[in-house]
Amino acid sequence: MIDPKILASHNLTREEYDLIVRLVGREPNLTELGVFSAMWSEHCSYKSSKFYLKRLPTQGTAVVQGPGENAGIIDIGDGKVIVFKIESHNHPSFIEPFQGAATGVGGILRDIFTMGARPIALLDSLRFGPLTAGKNRAVMDGVIAGISSYGNSIGVPTVGGEVYFDDCYALNPIVNVFCLGLADKNKVFYAKTGGAGNAVLYVGSKTGRDGIHGATMASAEFGEETEHKRPNVQVGDPFKEKLLLEACLEVMEKGLIVGIQDMGAAGLTCSTAEMPAKSGTGLEIDLDKVPQREEGMTPYEILLSESQERMLIVARPDEVRAVRAVFAKWDLDAVEIGKVIEGGRMRVRFHGEVVVDVPVSAVVDLCPVYQRPVAPPPSPASSIHLTHPVPKDLGAVLLDLLSSPTIADKEWVFRQYDHMVQTNTAVLPGADAAVLRIKDAKKALAITLDGNSLYARIDPRSGGMIAVAEACRNLACVGARPVGVTNCLNFGNPEKPEVMRQFKEVVEGLSEACRAFDIPVTGGNVSFYNDTEGVSIHPTPVLGVVGILEDIDAVVTPGFKRSGDAVILLGANTEEMTGSEYLKVHFRDLGGPPPLIDLVREKAVQETCLAAAEAGLLDSAHDVSEGGLAVCAAECAFLGAGGLGCEIDLDEDIRKDALLFGEAQSRILVTAAPANVGTLLGLARRQGIPARQIGTVGGDVLRIRHKGQDVLTVPVQDARAAWKEAIPRQFTVRS
Amino acid sequence: MKFGVVTFPGSNCDFDTFYALRDVMGQPTVGLWHKDHSLQGVDCVVLPGGFSYGDYLRSGAIARFSPLMREVGEFAVKGGLVLGICNGFQVLLELGLLPGAMLRNKHLKFLCRFVTVRCESERTRFTNRSRPGQVLRIPIAHFDGNYFAPPEMLAEIEANGQVLFRYTDPEGRPTEEANFNGSLHGIAGLTNRQGNVMGMMPHPERAVDKLLGSVDGRVIFESMIGRP
Repeated sequence: MIDPKILASHNLTREEYDLIVRLVGREPNLTELGVFSAMWSEHCSYKSSKFYLKRLPTQGTAVVQGPGENAGIIDIGDGKVIVFKIESHNHPSFIEPFQGAATGVGGILRDIFTMGARPIALLDSLRFGPLTAGKNRAVMDGVIAGISSYGNSIGVPTVGGEVYFDDCYALNPIVNVFCLGLADKNKVFYAKTGGAGNAVLYVGSKTGRDGIHGATMASAEFGEETEHKRPNVQVGDPFKEKLLLEACLEVMEKGLIVGIQDMGAAGLTCSTAEMPAKSGTGLEIDLDKVPQREEGMTPYEILLSESQERMLIVARPDEVRAVRAVFAKWDLDAVEIGKVIEGGRMRVRFHGEVVVDVPVSAVVDLCPVYQRPVAPPPSPASSIHLTHPVPKDLGAVLLDLLSSPTIADKEWVFRQYDHMVQTNTAVLPGADAAVLRIKDAKKALAITLDGNSLYARIDPRSGGMIAVAEACRNLACVGARPVGVTNCLNFGNPEKPEVMRQFKEVVEGLSEACRAFDIPVTGGNVSFYNDTEGVSIHPTPVLGVVGILEDIDAVVTPGFKRSGDAVILLGANTEEMTGSEYLKVHFRDLGGPPPLIDLVREKAVQETCLAAAEAGLLDSAHDVSEGGLAVCAAECAFLGAGGLGCEIDLDEDIRKDALLFGEAQSRILVTAAPANVGTLLGLARRQGIPARQIGTVGGDVLRIRHKGQDVLTVPVQDARAAWKEAIPRQFTVRS
Repeated sequence: MKFGVVTFPGSNCDFDTFYALRDVMGQPTVGLWHKDHSLQGVDCVVLPGGFSYGDYLRSGAIARFSPLMREVGEFAVKGGLVLGICNGFQVLLELGLLPGAMLRNKHLKFLCRFVTVRCESERTRFTNRSRPGQVLRIPIAHFDGNYFAPPEMLAEIEANGQVLFRYTDPEGRPTEEANFNGSLHGIAGLTNRQGNVMGMMPHPERAVDKLLGSVDGRVIFESMIGRP
């Protein structure tokens, strides 16, 4: 009955099928095959990535829960924990931008509140094709509207994130959504079943035919026929999820449940198999009891539907009535559909017949792990000799960079998100990191998302390391120390040895950097098969790093504060040009290696910034990244008070364009009152890093001199207009 | 003054409003559940922001049928103090406790940002602590905040001095740019004719803490609370 055509449509190989037959002890029926196909998909099983992900450091004294659960958990003291995770929704967002992105938000929110935490912040890493093309604008507009509609409605603020543009994302946009929740340490919940006899309850929305094979879809390349896959994308209902959120937190608060898992990818199948697999039990459910939105659904469809806003709850039989009462209060279904059994089997009935009877361990744990072929590293590039001439008008180059979409102001994006609901947002979007207060506490949380695919494309290992370094640097700029990492690794087809090499090296780079910074990875997500029509995206690791500020009143922001403040550079200007936005924007050149990264130097620079922030010496701090020193100084002016400019004097013996726009790592631009400069430079000396005053805040012009000669003079107002208007202009309705 | 904050399904600023009133303003505050029929003896009912019932039909259109709205209506008619913020304002419009309606923002996008509104009268129960013409900096976050009323109704509202807040620039000038959502006459908040029911699109509960960038929202709450 199971022929090669059916196997192909389920994305299973012959070898995988033979293994399934051995594990089940007979030929599976079509429904069982569907169950395996979803759970053994790349998206659910991590079969190509598992081997390498083991290399990431996951231990730490504050780690309450590492990888393997719905989300990671870190203890932040005072009886509180934070729960956070990042996930990709790239494939659905390309097919149907609004709903694809909206359901991405819905899914990551469920991952967080499933564990007993109230979601308090969302961030997104978004990457699109160039805005000059209408299709890319439509995708971006739809994705942002989708995120906005879901997050705003459910009342979780979208407090930050990043938006990048590159040709490689035109047919494969990146939509990575991050969520962080706050919980009491003694009220965390897991996907557990407890002992046999416990009741299994289905709560939330009814099951429909939407999203069948979503997980499988996310585990294959796209071709031209992708449009046909639109029905595989689910439709989100943030109102339903808001009710589900409140009802779930209420049954948890009242201690009425044993375990809970959301129905995300692979829907009812995933929760029915994973919960008992983690608990050494089995589960028996009756599909006739599952609330259904439409008639005539087959067991295959009910099990594989990815209808949104649903959860599976396990409760003791004597608590079922109380659980149902809470859900009834919130006008939600809570239906007992089965029970926990002994014996480790997943048994599903439909119309009185057993339609699935397989060992849960086979479904969840025994999927083959692949060590796919890895291409050899390319021969190291001989030293790059840049032939590009230094442009005459460096002020014009600055304006070009400021109006390039990757660097330009993203307010047009952030103002569509409610970033203030819950009244914790202490630093508004646009700063190096989002900062959230914790009500009635001195401590605060800082969050950043970061990744640079231009670096990772040429040198995946450095790209991975720089992603970690820069994310931690962002936190240092607001005065926060990193405590945990989650990552979203977006790559092409892992069956291509070159993609697998990129993946392996990125993970090695991440691993090395996380060890250097001593921060544990508490989970994450891998998104492979980001290929459309045979072309892979650049390797795109996105890091979500969470940090703690011990004192919210010591928070530092990037904008200039006072005329007369000293402008100080922590770190050194070196001649780094390749891999930069400058070369990409001005010369359309993506070649050459990314900037060098020295993790020891990096850490020392961050420690200096942190010590200065904690000592209250800083008036502002901003990371030098895309666009280099000149763009960094300009951003400090735009984000500061009253359009203050600055005068900067440099004297390094390097190309002027590298000095202004190069992306040498481990640099932070800070400002301080003149009286604090001595102490600040003393801190830098103690850390052994170069640091010196390079200028002064003041006036209404950005002026940079090199060896006493003006190399760049731009009125802040003009620069600001270029930066501010670049993105809105692309979306202006032309009448 | 005892406040009651109503929770509809889909309300999402109920916690924030509760926190602002109880923890920041130090007032006795209770939560009111939309399915109940008791106002628990409060002196002021607050309908908070959010997306009641998902706002899939029309903002506030379903919440007005919540059981508790019967009591809120009677309370308002008897002169009780009622404040609707954002979605709460939309519900008050749907209930007919305030005149007019909301359209989509003029640029057809959700907008979240700080705005400045000018206080049009300091002789109301919601603004008696403000200075004449004071400009308040308060955040907004809405999709449907483009205030509309037919010409005769608008003229009547203006003639009665029911407009309490108008979008202006930081100097208090009503410019087209400052009226970012396209509201007629730049209306950001208004009262009923009796002056005991007020709806406003900006969120005063988001502007009570210096850490979050503004404390101008306190002017409104302090006015309602009255002198200690």
